[in-house]
Amino acid sequence: MSTVHTVTDSPPAGALSASILRRLNHALRVTGLPVIGIGVFLFLWQLAASNINTSLGQFPGPVEVKEQALNLYQEHVREREKADAFYARQEARNAKKLENTPDAKIKWRSYTGKPTFIDQIFTSLYTVSFGFLIATLIAVPLGVICGLSDSVYRAINPIIQVFKPVSPLAWLPLVTMVVSALYMSDDPLFEKSFLTSAFTVALCCLWPTVINTTVGVSGIDRDLVNVSRVMALPTLVHVQKIVLPSAIPMIFTGLRLSLATGWMVLIAAEMLAQNPGLGKFIWDEFQNGSSNSLGRIMVAVITIGLIGFLLDKIMLGLQKRSSWDKQAILR
Amino acid sequence: MANNYLDISGVGITFPTDNGPFCALENVNLRIDEGQFIALIGHSGCGKSTLLNILAGLEQATSGGAILQGQVVDEPGPERAVVFQNHALMPWLTVYQNVELAVKQVFKGRKSKREMREWTEHNLQLVHMEHALDKLPGEISGGMKQRVGIARCLAMQPKVVLMDEPFGALDALTRAHLQDSLMEIHAELGNTVVMITHDVDEAVLLSDRIVMMTNGPAATIGEILEVELPRPRDRLALAENPDFNHVRQQVLKFLYAKQRNPALLEENAAPKETPASEPTPLRAVNDSEAA
Repeated sequence: MSTVHTVTDSPPAGALSASILRRLNHALRVTGLPVIGIGVFLFLWQLAASNINTSLGQFPGPVEVKEQALNLYQEHVREREKADAFYARQEARNAKKLENTPDAKIKWRSYTGKPTFIDQIFTSLYTVSFGFLIATLIAVPLGVICGLSDSVYRAINPIIQVFKPVSPLAWLPLVTMVVSALYMSDDPLFEKSFLTSAFTVALCCLWPTVINTTVGVSGIDRDLVNVSRVMALPTLVHVQKIVLPSAIPMIFTGLRLSLATGWMVLIAAEMLAQNPGLGKFIWDEFQNGSSNSLGRIMVAVITIGLIGFLLDKIMLGLQKRSSWDKQAILR
Repeated sequence: MANNYLDISGVGITFPTDNGPFCALENVNLRIDEGQFIALIGHSGCGKSTLLNILAGLEQATSGGAILQGQVVDEPGPERAVVFQNHALMPWLTVYQNVELAVKQVFKGRKSKREMREWTEHNLQLVHMEHALDKLPGEISGGMKQRVGIARCLAMQPKVVLMDEPFGALDALTRAHLQDSLMEIHAELGNTVVMITHDVDEAVLLSDRIVMMTNGPAATIGEILEVELPRPRDRLALAENPDFNHVRQQVLKFLYAKQRNPALLEENAAPKETPASEPTPLRAVNDSEAA
C-alpha cells in the first residue's frame, strides 16, 4: 500500500526536478530564444553602426534610435499643445467678438501645423485600410466568379497574369492623373492625394486575393458540390453556404498577402508622390539632412515593420474567428 | 407489385479521351419497383458509380435514359438523393445544420419553421444521432458521419435513395451496425434504394435484387439475382441459412469465375499458364475495395 501511496501522492524527487526542468526548458524556448535573438541583433546593429560614417554623421545605433523615438513623441505632444492653445485662443477671440457685436461673422479655422510622426502613422493606416477595403470588395467577388466558372477564369487569367507583376510606382503617375481629371468637387470628401495613394494600394493588392480566392473556390471538394447539386441549391445559397466557407482559408491567405503588399506599396507611393503618410515623413527627413535624420528614418523603418506585423496579426485573428476549422494551425 | 417505378432503358455513356472515345456503359436496362432494395455489384471500374451518377442526374447518359415515375431524369434533384461514400458533410456545419440545410431547401414554403425543426430532428433520431446535434463532423466518428449523411438524404424525402458504397470506408463492426440500421429504416419507411457495394455479404443481406455488372469497357448488366430471403433478416441466423449461402455463392461465382477482376487478369497475363476460371479467394473482395 505504501508503494502505491508514494507513487500517487508524492512523486520521487527525481521526477519532480525533471518536470521542473522540462517546464523551464519550455519557457526558455518560448520567451528566451526570441529575447536572445533580439539581443544578438541589437549587438550586431550597434557594432555595424559604429563603423559606418555617412555624410549625415554616424549611422544610428539602437540607443540613438530610441532617443529619436522619444523626441518624435515629444514633438507630437508639443504640437498637440500648440494646437490646443490655438483653438483655445480662437474660441476666446470669437466669444469676445460675439459679446461686442452679437451678429458678427465668426470664422473658425483649423490648425495648420506640420503633421507629426504620429499623425503620419495614422494617415498611412487610414490610407492603407481604405485601399485594402476597395481591393477586397473587388477581388473576393471576382475570385469567386473566376473559381466557379472556368470560362470566366480563362477570359480573365491573362489580364491578371500581366497586371500582377506591375510595380506600384508604374501605376502611380497614371492614377494621379486620372484622379485629378475625374475627381472634381468643390467640397471634396477625400483629399486627392489620399485617393491617389489608396487607389495605387488597391491596384497592387487586388491580385493575391483574386488568385487565392480563385484557387480556393475551384478547389472545393467535388462531393460537396454534388451534394449542393442534389439539394438543388440556388446559386446564391450555394455560394453562401458552400463556396465561401470552403474557400475561407484560401481567401484569408490571399487577404493577408494583399495587406502586406498594400502596406509596402503605400510607403513607396507616399515617398514618390509626396502624399501625406510615413513615406513622406521618410523622404522629408532624408531631404532635411540633419544629423538626427538617419535616426528618425530608422524609427520610421521599425515602426513600419511593427505596423506590418500588427496588421498581419489582426488578419490572422480575423481568420481564426471566421474559419470553421479551429484546429487548423495558422501561421 | 411490378409497377416500373424507376425505368432505366438503353443507358450508355461515352467519355471523350485523348485516345478517342471511351465507352464506359452500354445498353443498361433495369426496371425497379417501388420499395425495392437493389444492390449494384461489380469490380472496380465497371461503371457502377457512373450508372448511379446518371440516375442522380449528376452525369448525362449519351444514349438511353432513366424515367422515374413517368419523369425523365436529366438533372440532379432532391427526389433522387445521394448518400456519398465519404459522407460529404459540410465540415463547417454542425450535424443538425447539415441536415437542416437540406430540409430548408426541400421544404421551403411547405413546412413551418417548427415543422422543419421537428422533421430535421426526427430524421436524426431515425439514424440514432440525436445525441450529437451540435457536434461538427470533425468531432464524430466515421460511422456517425455516415449516419448523418443518411439522415440528410432521408430528410429530403427522396423517391429513390441512391447510395454510392455508403459503408465502404468503415470498419467491419461499424459497417454491420449501419447495415442493421439501414434495414430497420428500410422496413419502416419502405424507400426505394439503389446501393453500390463491393461487399458480397452486404449485398445479399440487404437487397431484394442483386444487379451484377460485367467488366468495362462497355460494361452492362451481366446477371440479376433475386434474393428471396424473408425479412426481417438477422445476420446471425442467415450465416447458417442454406439459401443465404447459395445466393452468396452465386454472386461470388459471377464475380470471380465469370467476371474476373480486370486488375488480376492483367497481372496474370504475363505468365501464360494460369487457370483463368479458378475462383479467387474471398479475401480478394477486400482487395478490390481498397483499389
